[in-house]
Amino acid sequence: MTIAVFFGCSFIAFGPAFALFIFTIARDPLRVIILIAGAFFWLLSLLLSSLVWFIAMKASNDKDQQLQRGLLIFGVMFSVLLQEVFRFAYYKLLRKASDGLAALSEDERSHISVQQMAYVAGLGFGIMSGAFSMINILADSLGPGIVGIHGESQYFFLTSAFMTMAVTLLHTFWGVVFFDGCENRRWWVIAVVVALHLLVSGLTFLNPIYEGSLPPAYVILVSMAVWAFFSCGGSLQNIQQFLTCWKNDAGSEVAS
Amino acid sequence: MAENLANVLHEQLSEGFPDTHRNNSGEGADRRRVVEGADQELNGQPPSARPSQRLESEEDEDEELTLKYGAKHVIMLFVPVTLCMVVVVATIKSVSFYTQKDGQLIYTPFPEDTETVGQRALNSILNAAIMISVIIVMTLLLVVLYKYRCYKVIHGWLIISSLLLLFFFSFIYLGEVFKTYNVGMDYITLALIIWNFGVVGMICIHWKGPLHLQQAYLIMISALMALVFIKYLPEWTAWLILAVISVYDLVAVLCPKGPLRMLVETAQERNEPIFPALIYSSTMVWLVNMADTDAESRKKPPLNSTMPESQAAPSQSAQGPDDGGFTSDWELRQQETLGHMESSEETRRQVQEMPSARPPAIQSDDSEERGVKLGLGDFIFYSVLVGKASATASGDWNTTLACFVAILIGLCLTLLLLAIFKKALPALPISITFGLVFYFATDNLVRPFMDQLALHQFYI
Repeated sequence: MTIAVFFGCSFIAFGPAFALFIFTIARDPLRVIILIAGAFFWLLSLLLSSLVWFIAMKASNDKDQQLQRGLLIFGVMFSVLLQEVFRFAYYKLLRKASDGLAALSEDERSHISVQQMAYVAGLGFGIMSGAFSMINILADSLGPGIVGIHGESQYFFLTSAFMTMAVTLLHTFWGVVFFDGCENRRWWVIAVVVALHLLVSGLTFLNPIYEGSLPPAYVILVSMAVWAFFSCGGSLQNIQQFLTCWKNDAGSEVAS
Repeated sequence: MAENLANVLHEQLSEGFPDTHRNNSGEGADRRRVVEGADQELNGQPPSARPSQRLESEEDEDEELTLKYGAKHVIMLFVPVTLCMVVVVATIKSVSFYTQKDGQLIYTPFPEDTETVGQRALNSILNAAIMISVIIVMTLLLVVLYKYRCYKVIHGWLIISSLLLLFFFSFIYLGEVFKTYNVGMDYITLALIIWNFGVVGMICIHWKGPLHLQQAYLIMISALMALVFIKYLPEWTAWLILAVISVYDLVAVLCPKGPLRMLVETAQERNEPIFPALIYSSTMVWLVNMADTDAESRKKPPLNSTMPESQAAPSQSAQGPDDGGFTSDWELRQQETLGHMESSEETRRQVQEMPSARPPAIQSDDSEERGVKLGLGDFIFYSVLVGKASATASGDWNTTLACFVAILIGLCLTLLLLAIFKKALPALPISITFGLVFYFATDNLVRPFMDQLALHQFYI
């Protein structure tokens, strides 16, 4: 457990989120506030779900391992559902705030669109979720120890880092898609997001058989990325234009 | 006194808006009217009730500006608060000196390592009671001194306090850091470093200096104070004191007979700036005597106009008695630091809560000028909460992170309330309440859950 492991894992886990923060959120104060409030909402959902799990655990038999594992699984599922409930609550809050802002501004438009808010809120959820999953592990990786000395997997840190990155980005995309579904009253979208979240969390029950949890999570990540891109107005044409414009600009620069 | 000041400082959280309200010192009446107008609208009055289109658009613009800059003000406070907390947490995690039990302050005489839980609870309640009464006494003393214009005393007290903090505490801090990293340093180099650090700090804080340097110094001294508190306050006492101070803050700031309120009103009557030095300000603050306002403004505008957004000269211009009031408060705080730690913080807090005179020197209506001010006491108590969380929580980083987010959200809500109610509000209660709730909840409920999840590598 070396510095290399620490830095490597922290960059894997938080690199994309950090980059997204720096390039898209840090400049705009309103987005920073929405991000931190999103993190707060995720924290609230975690608090409530751990309260429920704690009560259930205390009320049950401590020694029964199977029961405890079952309770933990129940805790995870309940937490996922509660997270989505709080995501919906946050959507409602942002909608109200956005309407208020729009009403007060001159041209009846809000400074920040619902899609932007969805993205920032999703990222807030993701960053907080990733931080809570990963920070303690990272702190431990700086100290002495041998990974998997009792026969567990050697790749604990790496897989945790990759899973954290996947979960962070997934939360971002889920946020975008979820808010879009709420905006357009497409309830099946919300159901699919909840189901996918449950699926990804459920797949982690297969750990340490990482083949069962990581690749599917990444497949879902890619598909969610595509879905989110198309749901907030992206299209193949946009990508094409983006690429060709870049090429054109470069060409014209050379020419002139 | 300090406490009073601190409380006032809490109120001082009124950066843009309340500032203008309580800042009768140099604010142009126009600007205040404009801001108040904007604030009025912000108060939720229906847009339909607008008299004329032009007035409407002006007011809308103001409101929009207000809201836009409201978010900006929040961020202007998020950054220094975050920095202070990061410094404190980093120190707590690396320098073991601040988590060692080396005795207690004389203000918390009852020990907490007793046999029974009941005894421990009783001792901590007594400790907190003593501390709070000391703070209240100091606050009242400050108000009395200020009322009877004993500026020299206040001034002297503040100077001694800052001297102590900038030289002695930073010397100890540096010593402990060197011990932690096993760095050898000779006394001559150390003396040079501490001397320079201290003198530049005194100049920046009490007189003039580049804004960022002043802000950095204020953050550093807040962090140092918070570290001292974290070291010398036993656990239960610390949490109790945090809770009681929030309540006291609420009472002192909002009650009509509250000491802080009296202080603010006295300062307003006399049209003087109150202890600007103990306030963290994000734009330049001119500590200007009312009488000298025009002279100062005329002197300073060139700097200001060239760098409208950046901060040319910072605040503290000791202009005789006013400055004295300010620095003395800080001194008071320092004194208290020596013996009465909480008091000093209180003082600082209160001082910080004092509205400082915002000079109208820059005549533009640019909201950039409307900086944000937060009392140093607020910084200190936020950092104490997060530092204690990182020092004592067994959930380690999760608890620290949760408290951090909770405090930031509390600050955000406080600023929102400030924008809505437009009167002086204490900055501690909401943040500290959230922080305490999240600390205990995360430490006791979330930690076991997350530990189990991490153990099995389940992800939620």
